[in-house]
Amino acid sequence: MVGIIDYEAGNIRSVVNALKVLGVQYVVSNNLNELMKATKIILPGVGEARSAMLSLQRVGLIEWIKNLNVPFLGICLGMQILFESSTERNTTCLGIVNGTIDHFSVANKKLKIPHMGWNDVHIIRDSPLFAHIPSGTYFYFVHSYFAPRTDVTIGETTYGVPFASAIHYKNFYGVQFHPEKSSTSGLQLLKNFVELC
Amino acid sequence: MLTKRIIPCLDVKNGRTVKGTNFLNLRDAGDPVELGARYSDEGADELVFLDISATLEGRSTFLSMVERVAEAIHIPFTVGGGIRTIDDIVKALDAGADKVSLNSAALANPDLINQASKRVGTQSVVVAIDVKRSGTTWTVWTKAGTEPTGRDALVWSREVVERGAGELLVTSMDRDGTTSGYDIELLQVLSECVSVPIIASGGAGTMYHALEAIVHGKADAVLAASIFHYQKIKIKELKQFLHSHGIPVRV
Repeated sequence: MVGIIDYEAGNIRSVVNALKVLGVQYVVSNNLNELMKATKIILPGVGEARSAMLSLQRVGLIEWIKNLNVPFLGICLGMQILFESSTERNTTCLGIVNGTIDHFSVANKKLKIPHMGWNDVHIIRDSPLFAHIPSGTYFYFVHSYFAPRTDVTIGETTYGVPFASAIHYKNFYGVQFHPEKSSTSGLQLLKNFVELC
Repeated sequence: MLTKRIIPCLDVKNGRTVKGTNFLNLRDAGDPVELGARYSDEGADELVFLDISATLEGRSTFLSMVERVAEAIHIPFTVGGGIRTIDDIVKALDAGADKVSLNSAALANPDLINQASKRVGTQSVVVAIDVKRSGTTWTVWTKAGTEPTGRDALVWSREVVERGAGELLVTSMDRDGTTSGYDIELLQVLSECVSVPIIASGGAGTMYHALEAIVHGKADAVLAASIFHYQKIKIKELKQFLHSHGIPVRV
């Protein structure tokens, strides 16, 4: 069963709808006892880093996430907060992977922000997350802050600046794009996470 | 590379698509969910559903349609028409829409844009602007294009972006329904004056019109209704055409 962390950061419904189509059992909760029954965890997220961290703190999930050893998938903001910090309201994040999340305007002043729409993801390291998905596949993005490319980067995308659009470190996976809104390729990625990761 | 988006627009009245369609092989072309799914399969990048119901029952039917769309179609979609309050916006997004489009309500109460973007984020707030050319300028019209507001389109566009619109859906009323092409000059002027993505609407008749809107009008997305409904242009072919002209599209 997949546990979807409900921390009032929106877009949970789309993730639920995608899992339903895939016929995956899931539970949506912010309750530790409920979530501990799950064999995989998804942290969705649209919103803003500081509020997301505060919500996770409020429901007492921060230490639990840091010490998880089941496969974990962070989506969009859910991926960003796996990093050490974000310049979005100077937020200290989970620190599971190294690096700081920065605003696109820092990299390129002329960009339209948010980065919104379909962009291609170049797979730079093999990962079960991208099984049956060719490098260069398009996924749907909506975000104003971006993750740096580091040794945990498995997918790269360019919007004014190249950034990490997918990461994998131990049992932690993260994608900057929205697989739940990325048509068949997105559903394939979620299926991969559920079945192969 | 970020691609240019192709967006079919579906007008929905009492839960049914209006403007009959020429689709073959569809059990029920009047079902917005089935038609939307068909467009998604053909490669549409996003969908827009406009509620043109005039009654309260029609509106609640629309919300349940939004839920069905979200369950069946896994690409982003915007809903518009009849959205008046923050409560309407939250309901539409809770039902599964990714963005709402505000038009007359934003003109009547511009602060709604500020409240909306604060509550749900600018990325979920589209402001739709219906404009008519008057000499060398463009005027904004309201109430489904039935009443002039006296507002200048450029001034209003700048204002809505300042207030938190994440995207502009700009319809040329002069071109709408004519299939004579988008108003390129309008798109050019607008894309120079605002920093958010612009969706071109009104006048699409050929694949060349879409190319022109993107290349010369600098539009980030092109929206059309009848040319897709009547299958005058297939989305796949349009994308291949744009691709062959060097436009980044998801093919």
